[in-house]
Amino acid sequence: MKDVVLNNIAKIYNKGTVQAVNDVSFHVNKGELFGLIGPDGAGKTSIFRILTTLLLPDGGTASVNGFDVVKDYKTIRKNVGYMPGRFSLYPDLSVQENLNFFASIFNTSVRENYDLIKDIYIQLESFKDRRAGKLSGGMKQKLALCCALIHRPTVLFLDEPTTGVDVVSRKEFWEMLKRLKQQGITILVSTPYMDEATLCERIALIQNGSIMSIDTPQNIIEQFSENLFAVKSDNMGSLLQDLKNIEIVKSCNAFGAYHHVTFKDDNQEMKEALIRVLEEKQHTNIELNPITATIEDCFIKLMEDKEWTL
Amino acid sequence: MDNILTFIKKEFLHVFRDRKTLLMLFGLPIVQIILFGFALTNEITNAKIAVCDYAKDDASQHIIGKLQASQQFEIQSALLSHEQIGTAFKGGEIKMAIVFPANFNNDLLHQHKAQVQLITDASDPNTATAISGYANQIVMDYQNDLMQLQRLPYQINTEVRMIYNPELKAAVNFVPGVMSLILLLVCVLMTSVAIVKEKETGTMEILLVSPFNPFLVIVSKAVPYLALSLINLTIILLLSVFVLGMPINGSILLLYAVSTLFIITALSLGLLISNSTASQQSAMLISLMGMLVPSILFTGFMFPLENMPYPLQLVSHIIPAKWYYIIVKSVMVKGLGLSAIWKETLILLTMTVLLLVFNIKKFKIRLT
Repeated sequence: MKDVVLNNIAKIYNKGTVQAVNDVSFHVNKGELFGLIGPDGAGKTSIFRILTTLLLPDGGTASVNGFDVVKDYKTIRKNVGYMPGRFSLYPDLSVQENLNFFASIFNTSVRENYDLIKDIYIQLESFKDRRAGKLSGGMKQKLALCCALIHRPTVLFLDEPTTGVDVVSRKEFWEMLKRLKQQGITILVSTPYMDEATLCERIALIQNGSIMSIDTPQNIIEQFSENLFAVKSDNMGSLLQDLKNIEIVKSCNAFGAYHHVTFKDDNQEMKEALIRVLEEKQHTNIELNPITATIEDCFIKLMEDKEWTL
Repeated sequence: MDNILTFIKKEFLHVFRDRKTLLMLFGLPIVQIILFGFALTNEITNAKIAVCDYAKDDASQHIIGKLQASQQFEIQSALLSHEQIGTAFKGGEIKMAIVFPANFNNDLLHQHKAQVQLITDASDPNTATAISGYANQIVMDYQNDLMQLQRLPYQINTEVRMIYNPELKAAVNFVPGVMSLILLLVCVLMTSVAIVKEKETGTMEILLVSPFNPFLVIVSKAVPYLALSLINLTIILLLSVFVLGMPINGSILLLYAVSTLFIITALSLGLLISNSTASQQSAMLISLMGMLVPSILFTGFMFPLENMPYPLQLVSHIIPAKWYYIIVKSVMVKGLGLSAIWKETLILLTMTVLLLVFNIKKFKIRLT
């Protein structure tokens, strides 16, 4: 059973000059936690808005719960929950007033579906008379999630729910999503943070409006065919510059404390060869260790491969 | 139905929690009425004048006495010579000087002709004309007194009657004007800003992805402003009756009915603006520049429409406030009934229906 289906969806802005979504097709199974992973401007929000019937696609078809996003928009609007990218509740209403208002808009009451939001709402309870605009970022997200859940939606659309939220709240947020999944709610979530990808069951990597890969995070990492090394030396700035100019290096990218490097020719001698070259270039305290790829490595590789083929 | 009530309740909460706007909403009509009623008035009362009396005889003293007794004038100083007149005007103390030549009474009695000079400060032409008019009248009055002694063979007496506003109160003119402006301001500006605010903060996105009928969003938004406008209308009417002493001559019910119609016209205008703008600033600018300024210019209470060139008079026809102004004047001042204002009411009604139909057609059920 597929809850969300997209077939060759396209979206064009500014009279055809900006292709925000380009021939995107994927599906989300019932009860699945699906992640749409990509940087800002990749087209994630456009896809969300098409699926929540807020925008009309310029090409292709899409359905939610089997209902067409163009024809049956009224039915979809009754059944899905949507949390837009930025905080979109009423800042001058209190936590409780916001929740009651959205419950009423969806023809339900807080009491009716309290069991669904209980875990989240308990954390907000002590602030229930505080104006929503005066909550902290993490609390705002929790309230927005409560409001999106209040009518027990079949599919939950969360557009970058963790952007601008601190690390602890982000972790809590993903744990909440896992619990919601156990309640049988299908969740489509987008995020620019690659480290959150592994928390999803399946992910789609999206860049410039096109999907580069769709699979489980495990499979995407396993598909990373080359050996990956982490390099470190005393002068990281010039190291990156030097690595880029070395003949045997295929790719190198800055990753926090290390640079991640792949070789054009995958064999053991390359490793020693690289250290030799770097020592010639006056680098000291060189470290070079084989590592397993992360989603971010995969994303960059897919991006570079795409550029090669262009 | 229940959720519409919740929505309207929410809108009232928004209004009441925004203290500054609320203060402006109710402070505005009070300030405007008081400003127009007492500060910006062009009625002449107690205009300061100077008298330069070379005659000092019976006739001149009589006229000076009449001037002194009138409400319009207050004699500031008695001057001894012409030279002092210039200084008095430059000091800005006086609005008019009156000069009686020597032998004033003598000339009048023996030559049957005498002259009196009125000098007015015409840097404010309207006041100057009005003041000299009043002074003229007082001099004529004295002349009539004299004539009663000796009957002239032919005489035309003009008998002037100022109907509807015998005391020539400015309030009669500006209260209907302020009413149309305040209602327009509250309804157009506040509604358009309130709706665009939902778009700007992104809450419109959530409201659209809900079973709630998007057009009801707009209706629920309009209801609090309709209520607030009716309260405002009541405040203005109370002020004009009890503070400015301007009675309501016609049916109060009819006045409220046409006002409600005008409020709905203004609300649909606000809706039109909110439909075509994306930010609160542009909604505010369009409301102020595109609605308020033409309404002040073309309603007829600041500048008489009859004096405008014909093309501008045509423009004034599309300003709803103009028709409302005519209606309010007819009902409130002249005490006329529906039979006298049906034409203007019909025009307003047609405008409202057209605006509403256009709005419903243009209403966006999606983001653009």
